[in-house]
Amino acid sequence: MQAFAKLLDRLVLTPSRNGKLKLLADYFRDTPDPDRGYGLATIAGTLDLASVKPAMLRELTLERMDEVLFRYSYDYIGDLAETIALVWDQDRKGLEPGAEQPHLGSVVTLMNALGRTEVRSAVRDLLDRLDPSARFAFLKLVTGGLRIGVSARLAKQALADFGAKDISEIETLWHGLKPPYEPLFAWLEDRGEKPVLATPAIFHSVMLANPVGDGDLDQLDPADFAAEWKWDGIRVQLSRLGETRRLYSRSGDDISAAFPDVLAAITFEGVVDGELLVGGTARSNSPTRTFSDLQQRLNRKTVTSRMLDEYPAFVRAYDLLFDGELDIRKEGFTTRRDRLAGIVEQAPRDRFDLSPLVPFASWDQLDSLRSDPPDPVIEGVMIKRLDSSYQAGRMKGPWFKWKRDPFNVDAVLMYAQRGHGKRSSYYSDFTFGVWMEGPEGEVLVPVGKAYFGFTDAELEILDRFVRNNTVDRFGPVRAVRAEPGFGFVLEIAFEGLNRSTRHKSGVAMRFPRISRLRQDKLPREADRLETLIALAEARQSSETGAL
Amino acid sequence: MKPDQLLRPMPDGLYCPLGDFHIDPVRPVERALITHGHSDHARAGHGFVLATQQTLDIMALRYGPEFCGSAQPARYGERLDVGGVSVSFHPAGHVLGSAQIAVEANGLRIVVSGDYKRDSDPTCAPYEPVACDVFITEATFGLPVFHHPDPRAEIEKLLTSIEQFPERSHLVGAYSLGKAQRVIRLLRDCGYDRPIHIHGSLAKLCDYYVSQGIDLGDLRPATLEKSDPSAFRGAIVVGPPSAFQDRWARRFNEPLVAFASGWMMVRQRAKQGGVELPLVISDHCDWPELTETIRELAPAEVWVTHGREEALVRWCELSGIPARPLYLVGYEDEGD
Repeated sequence: MQAFAKLLDRLVLTPSRNGKLKLLADYFRDTPDPDRGYGLATIAGTLDLASVKPAMLRELTLERMDEVLFRYSYDYIGDLAETIALVWDQDRKGLEPGAEQPHLGSVVTLMNALGRTEVRSAVRDLLDRLDPSARFAFLKLVTGGLRIGVSARLAKQALADFGAKDISEIETLWHGLKPPYEPLFAWLEDRGEKPVLATPAIFHSVMLANPVGDGDLDQLDPADFAAEWKWDGIRVQLSRLGETRRLYSRSGDDISAAFPDVLAAITFEGVVDGELLVGGTARSNSPTRTFSDLQQRLNRKTVTSRMLDEYPAFVRAYDLLFDGELDIRKEGFTTRRDRLAGIVEQAPRDRFDLSPLVPFASWDQLDSLRSDPPDPVIEGVMIKRLDSSYQAGRMKGPWFKWKRDPFNVDAVLMYAQRGHGKRSSYYSDFTFGVWMEGPEGEVLVPVGKAYFGFTDAELEILDRFVRNNTVDRFGPVRAVRAEPGFGFVLEIAFEGLNRSTRHKSGVAMRFPRISRLRQDKLPREADRLETLIALAEARQSSETGAL
Repeated sequence: MKPDQLLRPMPDGLYCPLGDFHIDPVRPVERALITHGHSDHARAGHGFVLATQQTLDIMALRYGPEFCGSAQPARYGERLDVGGVSVSFHPAGHVLGSAQIAVEANGLRIVVSGDYKRDSDPTCAPYEPVACDVFITEATFGLPVFHHPDPRAEIEKLLTSIEQFPERSHLVGAYSLGKAQRVIRLLRDCGYDRPIHIHGSLAKLCDYYVSQGIDLGDLRPATLEKSDPSAFRGAIVVGPPSAFQDRWARRFNEPLVAFASGWMMVRQRAKQGGVELPLVISDHCDWPELTETIRELAPAEVWVTHGREEALVRWCELSGIPARPLYLVGYEDEGD
């Protein structure tokens, strides 16, 4: 348990991705089976563990300490698991030297084997035998409150780094394996064969596109390519084999539980690549709804029937990887698409449609189509070689994405926060706002936060401005001067607006970045909230009811 | 005689009306007895100062030789007379030169602990228990949540991190008097013998510690004529925590910020401070040490000052020891 607890303590405070990968890979290397497998499961969210009620933990603590002292402690720390982890040893300085602490694997096995009446004494005993850091990890595990800041995807990348394998191999295996993943580690350490999966409907790594760069298309013949719209939903992989149905995100997370409506509608067998969207299909003649509507359905473990009614999900099919059990990834795009069209034709019309092709004769023509798409939920075009096979990863050449241009507004710098790692001595995370008519006149309201888009030299300028014009401090955050006649104007590029209950403005930008410093402008010349909304609305369909 | 007649809390600090002197006053006074050199306890501008020689030296280093009208050194254990009151200084184990001050008149003895710790520390004389009627204890970490782990285990965390991230400069935040030297000494005791780079503000105090016989090994300034980040690749740099948020820190290669403090026990503190590697190393008592000390001394009464007074007072009540909070203001625990 100690190794895992140490890993958690480091991970939550390590901001950099590479740092996290290194910590994870070292943990996998230094920790024996089955502990590392359970540690991996905890991080990737695949661990099933009997849970313990916070009320019981509090009772156990009050068996050994004064309630008033407990309250003072809890008030100070503010987190129940952390408080209990720290106050458990009242007078003791720590564990007996040399006392061996229980391992993560044995803790998991024990907790899952307990009868209901045995939990209380088993938890008390475990708390006695763990050190404060391991106690914290244990308490977070059994109360289900673990927040590590590591995605399943990052954990898989760390496995790939550790075993010097490609991440797509791990993604493909992932859903066929179970904690504690001993065959996986054996293979990663070259001690065993690559695991053979018995489970159908596993995830296959998806094919990704590169953005069109300057001059990329000049040497290419438009006749060799097909184009389709790039829809603003989330990329998914849908598979069914026999009675097994799965919906995966593009990084291989199983999101089936949140989309029973889509799953139930799969009438075909095979593996389909597509865009998950909310609204109606083209075949049912109703509009596709915006990303912010789709968001209502994302990141949920379960879904209510009201949600299903209000935000019906469907899949707009792009590609076919398996036709039944037949792997057709080696076939060309045209061949795969013909088969896909046949499948979609037979599938329920309210849940599936085929992503239409966009006819074009020249790159210039496609460029103008991309800039002015016929549907507000389109964010650009995809360009695919007609003869391209379906290859995992982001190959340069067969597929391109060509997004429409971002929105641009001028906003005023309001708050700045110090960055991490290399940037820990710079104010490099910027919150900015636009003008709005408030009850007491014009006020700035925050609309987004950005920490990239600027050069190192521009960062120096921003950092200097923040340090010289701080008007308030809240922990690591500084508020800066932002008045009509004095402040710092930033040109912000962003992809769209989402509704936000967190921001006073009611909106939040998608993918905002700082595109230019506008030292030539005064804050009073910055944009207004209405302008921002009007910009986004111009591209949004009014009937979707979104912004 | 009532304890209040011997010592009482005043806006300037603890005051002894009988001997007309203050202990650790927060404003300039006529006569001051100083427990240790941290700036919230030892201020400049008093008429007369009585303190250990090391504390006087430290004050002179920090404030210049003119830091008070006149000064008198006190040896540990020596009984002195100040205005008819008997006073004596005893090791507090907090930082170099730190002392508890016992004040005695008419058969009543009060011990002002100043800041103290019970944990071993090779950079200062260890705490000595002094029997007394009234014990005035600090309560910086006076909550049951505070348990300071073995400082060597914390240093091992730092050494492990340097192995894991050999390209990153490890910046260790540590207050300039006491903590910095203790961290450096601990690193040496854990076998780290490479040069340790220090922020300019630590130089004088580190030199002073060395002159007092505390070997700190090879120390080098963390400054370069020309800024060359690769010079500090994988190096340990010790400096005051404020420096690492400052532009000063930009000279380092992918800095990894560590902070040696008792406050690092609390996860949120580390997170808010942008600390990647919290090292729980404290120069104060943790909760078990505070309660253990009170049990050991078994004073008739306990007065609790700077920190979490209410929790420690509650504990004393539960243990049947009369206790009250002093609510002295102006102490900001510079040392942790």
